[in-house]
Amino acid sequence: MAKVLLEMRSITKEFPGVKALDNVNITVMEGEIHALVGENGAGKTTLMNVLSGIHPYGTYSGEIVFDGRICQHQGIKDSERLGIVIIHQELALIPYLSIGENMFLGNEQHRRGIINWDETYRKAEEYLRIVGVDESVRTLVKDISISKQQLIEVAKALAKNVRLLILDEPTSSLNERDSKKILDLLKTLRDEQGITSIIISHKLNEIAYCADRITILRDGSTVETLDQTMDSVSEARIIKGMVGREMSKRYPERTIDIRDQVAFEVKNFTVYHELYHDRKVVDNVSFMIRRGEIVGIYGLIGSGRTELAMAIFGRAYGVKISGTVIKDGQMLELKSVPEAINNGLAYVTEDRKDSGLLLKNSLMHNITLPRLDYVANKGRIDRDREKQIAEKYREALGIKAPNVEQLVENLSGGNQQKVLLAKWIYAQPDVLLLDEPTRGVDVGAKYEIYQIVNQLVEQGKAILLISSELTEILGMVDRIYVMDEGQIIAEMPRSEATQEGIMNCIMQHSKGEISA
Amino acid sequence: MSSWKTTFRNNLKQYMMLFSLLAIIIAFNLLTDGVLLKPMNVSNLIFQNAYVVILAVGMLLCILTGGNIDLSVGSVVALVGACAGTFIISWGWNPHLSILLCLLIGLAIGIWQGFWIAYVRIPAFIATLSGMLVFRGLTLLVLKGLTLAPFPKEYLMYFTGYIPDLFPNAQLFGVKNTTSLLIGVIIAICFCIIQIHSYVMRVKKQYSVESVWFLVLKPAVISPAIVWLFYVLALYRGVPMVLIVLGIILVVYDFITSRTVVGRHLYALGGNEKAARLSGVNTHRLLFLAYVNMGLLAAIAGVVFAARLNSASPQAGNGFELDAIAACFIGGASASGGIGTVGGSLIGAMIMGVLNNGMSIMGISTNVQQVVKGLVLLGAVAFDVISKNRISFTFWKRLRKGDRGRFRASSPKVEAEDGSPSLHQ
Repeated sequence: MAKVLLEMRSITKEFPGVKALDNVNITVMEGEIHALVGENGAGKTTLMNVLSGIHPYGTYSGEIVFDGRICQHQGIKDSERLGIVIIHQELALIPYLSIGENMFLGNEQHRRGIINWDETYRKAEEYLRIVGVDESVRTLVKDISISKQQLIEVAKALAKNVRLLILDEPTSSLNERDSKKILDLLKTLRDEQGITSIIISHKLNEIAYCADRITILRDGSTVETLDQTMDSVSEARIIKGMVGREMSKRYPERTIDIRDQVAFEVKNFTVYHELYHDRKVVDNVSFMIRRGEIVGIYGLIGSGRTELAMAIFGRAYGVKISGTVIKDGQMLELKSVPEAINNGLAYVTEDRKDSGLLLKNSLMHNITLPRLDYVANKGRIDRDREKQIAEKYREALGIKAPNVEQLVENLSGGNQQKVLLAKWIYAQPDVLLLDEPTRGVDVGAKYEIYQIVNQLVEQGKAILLISSELTEILGMVDRIYVMDEGQIIAEMPRSEATQEGIMNCIMQHSKGEISA
Repeated sequence: MSSWKTTFRNNLKQYMMLFSLLAIIIAFNLLTDGVLLKPMNVSNLIFQNAYVVILAVGMLLCILTGGNIDLSVGSVVALVGACAGTFIISWGWNPHLSILLCLLIGLAIGIWQGFWIAYVRIPAFIATLSGMLVFRGLTLLVLKGLTLAPFPKEYLMYFTGYIPDLFPNAQLFGVKNTTSLLIGVIIAICFCIIQIHSYVMRVKKQYSVESVWFLVLKPAVISPAIVWLFYVLALYRGVPMVLIVLGIILVVYDFITSRTVVGRHLYALGGNEKAARLSGVNTHRLLFLAYVNMGLLAAIAGVVFAARLNSASPQAGNGFELDAIAACFIGGASASGGIGTVGGSLIGAMIMGVLNNGMSIMGISTNVQQVVKGLVLLGAVAFDVISKNRISFTFWKRLRKGDRGRFRASSPKVEAEDGSPSLHQ
């Protein structure tokens, strides 16, 4: 019988006006991978912040027992001393420092304040080997991929003699191949060094893959803890716990009405990297979408899918762009974003906070921004009309906010994502390029977003859905293009596509066995 | 209606600033035994601060684009003054034409700086630091290190004069300049009519409207304030011409920032440049225009200031850029852009102006004044930051508990992500 490493007893944490955690209990055994799941806002992150001391002792009620001792963390330093290390969703590496420097940041190998660099780099190399990153320790972090950065974070934790590793959505921006690498590393660490991990994730298949036990949070309370060591727990079972009801369908039904008419076509599109002008990021890509059709592009991060969409959208990315864009049989020369918008294109960005929304502005100002001319007369905005129209879209998309004057930063992730959609639906496009429209959104909100997408396509719009979630692609689209290293390497109708088939395509393409 | 409450909450900062201004005015009026609000001093206040307000309006637009500031405006004020002096005093050119020419020079300067900042992408701080040196140097070259004075009457009349009294014999309510009072009353009435008209139009078009109380309250506060200001001015020599210039600039720029597409794009650019660009905002051109505009307004301020000094001096405008920047930040503009209003900047400039003037009347040395102004700037922004992050809340609570542990600003970002007053369901 394994021994209990961590016990959190009746943790309650309040923010002004909101009870974020309400009597949460969780027990973590030594040497297990414990998954923490729940919808956005269920309190997962808050709970981990309590554990790691970001919310110091005294700002919450309840008890934390780690390794048999009651903890009263005043800050991260205290919890790290015990070997509790948290890796946040937003990576905390400094881009212009080397891997070695980053690994020992805050944990410098020094004597009286003078850093011993030889020791630093020697140790860094050691840890780097453990996590399986094939890079020099002197490489700058900005030059390595996100997935490697994530592994470096784990190495950084190891350097602190971690006993309990907490990962907050470690795979949210990784593709399946790299995600698996992280999860396998956690398993190895568990088996070989007995390191315990708590992993927060939205990706249920990953949880099923690696977790020993799963604790489900809902609305700030623990629902249940499921044990996977005996027999596997189905995804449906977890979802039921998360949303509190059986969700038989994760993708809404849609009456398929694809018309023969080609709505949008891209031919021989080639784009070069914005900084490295001789690096091709999109290589001779052609695809087409019919009216009333959802076409998916599945590709891993770095496959060039976002660059492709942005380059099409009025050359918002890249240099030396060549190729043709044809809409409704007419060739378009889209040299700027306004031209793209005026010609009925919309691009819903993959990162709503970074490039999608004005967080400190109201819902209303966000929604009307792409087409202010709809609510303006000779450059003068009719604020009343603007409000009325924004209100209409808020209701239509079911955005949960008391009114349209509300600042977007006060909304939950799912509702922010809906604002982003509302903004582009308001622009009344014919072709929508949706780039990861459900990233970082919980199961319930995902379903609502899929419903909205379905409504759009039923109105006869053409939709390109870019996603790195295979199940989403398979659940939503009519036809799939697979993209890798800037090229379209396969095209298949939904009926012929399987997860294994698509992954195989990519694996083989990377090995160079087939070429487009 | 909750929507109005939200609007109110979003603008809370500005109301606070307005109350601070009123408090400062009242305090100094008491401290100076009523000298502060004597008709002559009110008139003085306007002359002393007109150019700062003009610069602050231009600076606000630059700051809105993303916290970009313009360090060169003081030098531009000097250069434009030097040009005006050379044209009018040395070469005897027609004052009207010279003023026009000076404004064109300002535009050209704006285009120069805007080009480097917006299209070559040189950080505004560096580009305008260069401008600060270049234009100061050019001023010295143009003036050959000398001061030119005095300007002819035709020139001074526009900026240091008062509007002529049409009824010199009428002594309505004991005022010296009846026309001024009448103008004030007319403006107040127009304001009320516009308010009521827009309310009626909205009801007609079935838009949602604020409660009737709000409709009554706004004119009920603002109209008497306008009438009072003009009454006080009328008691002295009437409405300064420069107040008219100022009024027009304020109304025009308030309209641009709050009601037009260009204005909305400015806020979007400062709020999130990438998002703005992907929403079809021409970000480079907008940044360019903000600096062109700054050049123009700096030129207007330059002509006004030269008239006030009644000379073109090589040292004119020293440190004006900092006054303008401070006014914007005191008035609630965000150092990272996207937040701030023309009204706020006006309030910020007035707070600085009243502090200056009030302390001068009290005989406090300019050295002390600098210290006070600096602290006010820090205090205003600190108040804003603290109230936003609720640091004070945790801080005081912990202090009271006698907690000796290290204080942490309990990361507001994390709260927004997973808990706090968001509206997740």
